[in-house]
Amino acid sequence: MVRRNFMKTLSAVAVTAAFGLNSFGALAAETIKVGVLHSLSGTMAISETALKETVLMAIDEINSKGGVLGKKLEPVVVDPASNWPLFAEKARQLLSKDKVAVTFGCWTSVSRKSVLPVYKELNGLLFYPVQYEGEELEYNVFYTGAAPNQQAIPAVEYLMSKDGGEAKRFVLLGTDYVYPRTTNKILRAFLKSKGVADADIMEEYTPFGHSDYQTIIAKIKKFSSEGKKTAVISTINGDSNVPFYKELGNAGIKATEVPVVAFSVGEEELRGVDTKPLVGHLASWNYFMSLKNPENDKFTKLYRAWAVKQKLPNADKAVTNDPMEATYVGVYMWKQAVEKAKSTDVDKVIAAMAGQTFKAPSGFTIKMDEKNHHLHKPVFIGEIKADGQFNVVWKTPGPVKAQPWSPYIPGNDKKKDQPEGK
Amino acid sequence: MRKFGLLLCGWLLGAWGAHAAIDPELLKPLASDDSAVRIDAIAALAQASPEEALPVLKALAEDALAVAGGRMLRVEDGRVFDAASNSELRPPPAGLETIGINNRVRRELSAALAALRLFSAERPVRWQAAQEVTLSADAKMLPLLDKALAAESDPEIRNRLQLAQAQASLGSSDAAVRHAAVRTLGESSDPRVRQLLIPFTEKRGEVWVEADSAVRAAAGTSIRSIEQRLAWADHLGRAFSGLSLGSILLLAALGLAITYGVMGVINMAHGELLMVGAYSAWAMQSVFRAYLPGALDWYLLAAIPVGFLAAALVGVVMERLVIRHLYGRPLETLLATWGISLFLMQVARTLFGAQNVEVANPVWMAGGIEVLPNLMLPWNRIIIVAFSIAVLVAMWAILNLTRLGMFVRAVTQNRPMAGCVGVPTGRIDTLAFGLGAGIAGLGGVALSQIANVGPDMGQGYIVDSFMVVVLGGVGQLAGAVWAALGLGVFTKFLEGWTGAVVAKIVVLVFIIIFIQKRPQGLFALKGRFVEA
Repeated sequence: MVRRNFMKTLSAVAVTAAFGLNSFGALAAETIKVGVLHSLSGTMAISETALKETVLMAIDEINSKGGVLGKKLEPVVVDPASNWPLFAEKARQLLSKDKVAVTFGCWTSVSRKSVLPVYKELNGLLFYPVQYEGEELEYNVFYTGAAPNQQAIPAVEYLMSKDGGEAKRFVLLGTDYVYPRTTNKILRAFLKSKGVADADIMEEYTPFGHSDYQTIIAKIKKFSSEGKKTAVISTINGDSNVPFYKELGNAGIKATEVPVVAFSVGEEELRGVDTKPLVGHLASWNYFMSLKNPENDKFTKLYRAWAVKQKLPNADKAVTNDPMEATYVGVYMWKQAVEKAKSTDVDKVIAAMAGQTFKAPSGFTIKMDEKNHHLHKPVFIGEIKADGQFNVVWKTPGPVKAQPWSPYIPGNDKKKDQPEGK
Repeated sequence: MRKFGLLLCGWLLGAWGAHAAIDPELLKPLASDDSAVRIDAIAALAQASPEEALPVLKALAEDALAVAGGRMLRVEDGRVFDAASNSELRPPPAGLETIGINNRVRRELSAALAALRLFSAERPVRWQAAQEVTLSADAKMLPLLDKALAAESDPEIRNRLQLAQAQASLGSSDAAVRHAAVRTLGESSDPRVRQLLIPFTEKRGEVWVEADSAVRAAAGTSIRSIEQRLAWADHLGRAFSGLSLGSILLLAALGLAITYGVMGVINMAHGELLMVGAYSAWAMQSVFRAYLPGALDWYLLAAIPVGFLAAALVGVVMERLVIRHLYGRPLETLLATWGISLFLMQVARTLFGAQNVEVANPVWMAGGIEVLPNLMLPWNRIIIVAFSIAVLVAMWAILNLTRLGMFVRAVTQNRPMAGCVGVPTGRIDTLAFGLGAGIAGLGGVALSQIANVGPDMGQGYIVDSFMVVVLGGVGQLAGAVWAALGLGVFTKFLEGWTGAVVAKIVVLVFIIIFIQKRPQGLFALKGRFVEA
């Protein structure tokens, strides 16, 4: 057992080493380097490792079809280890030492905030594939995940609707950093605009990597028993979700009584959890693996095959999720932009990105906004099924334009819907 | 009564047979996109043909109802049945599309299912159904509850049903009925019942919601008695979570209490010994999955000795190769063991990958016992509390009742003297260190059940472990026990009050101040050997 794993790791190390060594080889002039900046260890590895695999898979697919502008893509993978300052260091290394044309990376907002100054200073290009809190619009970044109006707000509207259970009281539960804090600020303002009183909102935060959710679950139970229908909105990030959902299942909180809607939990995070007690709890995303359309069939099959080929752990149970789809879309849109600009020059590619479209695995042709660096995306709300997949219970009729500056934060109405500078 | 049960049993069995079909028109709306239509369909179905409806509704609740070519199908163990006629279809039709349901439908569905199951012949099924019925009892269900109550002989279930019945008759127009219902509900300890009763004591505008003053007074009394019970459950729950956290801290720190507390080795690699134990649990799970899938639920029992031995082995090697040469030089020991800790983490990363590995709870550790409606004690935590007590007892026995324990105590109390009377001090050191490491491994096995297992999981516990040992007082075990329990309960009460982030800060500040005021910890060693 151990021996097999050891061999696996050894071959993985060999592969990475081969990629790394390539950069010194003679081929260097004929390839385009692509940076991959995802945590492969630490608390965020549970979510980010799959994104690294997705980038490598998309690159492999593009290379097998002849590459971009006649050149092969060459991935440069680094591990910032869920350590926020290390993200900035590794980003600097990618840009100034490896001279990558583009970087796909980051999950948490704190890691994105940490690399931003580097990308601005060195005029790099970053594709950020994860839903986030908005309140940001940078020239050097393309946001392929959802803004709050493409995930959080529709989810809360759903909870307040008849089908969602007509929730009147809300628990805003999150990990203690910028994304949950800002999202909850927006949600609080939104709930207030819908007539929910402050006394009916409970906000709770836990540190990164927190593993003892007994108190929080007890508090939720108490809060929900004090009257009116209650729902929990979870922005817990990383591997804390495993103990949280375990405790939730063990404590017998049923989705029919107190539904929990999560913004950072997808198919990948649920792999380590027994989902039978969690049936009916919700997640809001722009993509689910269970969507039925030809694009998604292709995408899931591609990833399964990739997982088997790369001998990923539990490859037979490999799943796809929203940030993986956003990563995949990002890689292809970047490729299209490079082909349109006929260059990998950052400024030219950024200009060519505007208005790019792609037939995404979500089943819609989605478009990069002409101005605001965000995608127009459809929104789906799914309920957890016993097999760890999601059953879509609500969706928007078509893609929704992103509002990075949420109208629920005062002062945002004066902000421009396009990046400043340049 | 018996006859009625048999009769019901008969029609339940009959439902699995092929006779008595359901009107397909009744089934069709189940696949509608509109939840309201589906809810009506469920109610209509349950009313029109309760016997035949049960398997269909059950299938709908379990995501096993599908449509193919406009026909409703029920999937069971890979076999496909026509939902209306209940006959098996061979070969199964292609293009099955499963009907998904949302929470709103699921709520109505489980109420309908519970109502149908109230007449089951098996007591556990009825008991569960009675509990579920209580969640949704309203005036509509009154006739059904009356019927079920008349047929029920089990006192516990009757009790439940009476509560449900009372809940359903709260809206009655007869003040006497309401009065009786409100008084019966005073027996409940469910917070939801309190919510139902509160309107009876409230005014809407100038008018009382409840016109009858006797009912109002009874509602007030009932609410108070429910609240008393709830407050009890609340305190009990908090004390239990404190106890549970305390037992986890104790398991994490007990090994350190030997290596640091008794032997005086500042072992920075202690967290990694926990990790070795946790990975042993994962390894045993993988072994069982591969070779003994039938006994998978018992992998944890095998993990206990394996975790102990693996961690003890690592500990012995550490002691023999490194620590032995550094006795009496705390600073160098600290640095060396810190290096070992980094080394062990990297080894784990290379062997098992940087990502967390999945360790599943065995079935017997999932779920919990419901002590009161708002107090559920999860099995995994109860078992861990019991396990930590067992480890503690075993360790006490080893130290106080065995020859090895006697030697360990002798060496720590007075090394040269022990050497003089023939105790092999070097070997005792190795064994004691191995024992401490092995107990850390046991802690790791327990942690694998509630926390994430990954290469750097030990880092999260090293601070807590030292905190427990230092707070308890270096040099003996009782201190560690009290410190772990105290810290657990203290943290949990703080968390309930201030939130997890602030609680962590407050606990650390408290310990700093405490150590300033009382450097020897809670319990200090007394006697001549203290200075040695």
